[in-house]
Amino acid sequence: MSVIGKMLTLLRGSARELGESVVDANATRIYEQEIIDARNAILKAKSELTGVMAKEMQSAREIERIRAEALRLEDLALEALGKGKEALAEEVAVKIAETEQQLEEQSRVHADYALQVGKLKDLIKSAEAKVREHEREVAIARTTESVYKATRSISDNIGASGSKLLNARESLDRIKRRHEELADRMAAAESLDKETGTRALEIKLAEAGIGGDAERARRVMERIRARKTDAEGQ
Amino acid sequence: MKSLQEQIAGLDVMLTARLGGASISLQPIPGSVPVIQVVIGGREELPIFITASEAQTLCICYLWTEAEVRGETRTELLEALLDLNPSIPLSSFGRVNEHYVLFGALAADARVEDIAHDVAALSDNALDALDALAHYLN
Repeated sequence: MSVIGKMLTLLRGSARELGESVVDANATRIYEQEIIDARNAILKAKSELTGVMAKEMQSAREIERIRAEALRLEDLALEALGKGKEALAEEVAVKIAETEQQLEEQSRVHADYALQVGKLKDLIKSAEAKVREHEREVAIARTTESVYKATRSISDNIGASGSKLLNARESLDRIKRRHEELADRMAAAESLDKETGTRALEIKLAEAGIGGDAERARRVMERIRARKTDAEGQ
Repeated sequence: MKSLQEQIAGLDVMLTARLGGASISLQPIPGSVPVIQVVIGGREELPIFITASEAQTLCICYLWTEAEVRGETRTELLEALLDLNPSIPLSSFGRVNEHYVLFGALAADARVEDIAHDVAALSDNALDALDALAHYLN
């Protein structure tokens, strides 16, 4: 069963009420030990793999050497036959037969090493997958435990301090009310400023034709009238 | 590994900047796992709790309890939560015992800037979610 599947079974079951004991401490310890064991197995398999791969390469080189030797001997036998040395050629043929036997043997050894390399690689792959799975299992168990413990601490603390967790609607209403109050206060401050602040006074003065734009227009008219008088005087 | 307190050093200043100058108070909660309560001025009823485990840093906001859910629309509420989950930035709905929660999960070694970002988003999202889903509650 998947890790999440197991966790779901635990959470659905009676352990749910128990909260923080939702995680079996023994199971977690066993997983942790298995992770350590699997990691050690991986290290061992990797060093073994290095040794076997070296031997595999050695045997490949040996096969090449024997093949070359067989070819050289065949050339020699051919040369002996060419020179009519039948007996010598037969002696070489015996040697070639021995070499072929060696080649067969070495090929078997090589195939054995190749098989071992494959097996060790599979072993490492499956051990690494196991480590990943257990690590995830432990992480999920630990995280669940931590969240339940945190919730327990928070509930206990709120219980102990005398305050209680408000229900959601009350909380929402309070926060909204506070926001509305703030908005109301800001609107009130603005209208107060309009009524009593500097702006209010300026508005009243302008309405009475005093200061600001009213004064400026009057001065412009005076200037124009003065120029007209000047022009008529010339 | 840093303690949770060390990890969130400076969080209050960053949150104040992010939340338009709101006052922030950080308060450790005693217990067997590290928990820090974050109270945001103006939203005192919806504190955020930050807790750390080996695997992750969690920011949690407790929304409502099972007892507050209106029975006749419970399935509709649960479906709404599932539907909303992928759409809400940085926060997801969940349940711990009888508490419905909104939470944000970060890496165990998350930077304080990222935690501040998550807590601010969580607070906004929680308020928004309560407002939107209140009609499913008693």
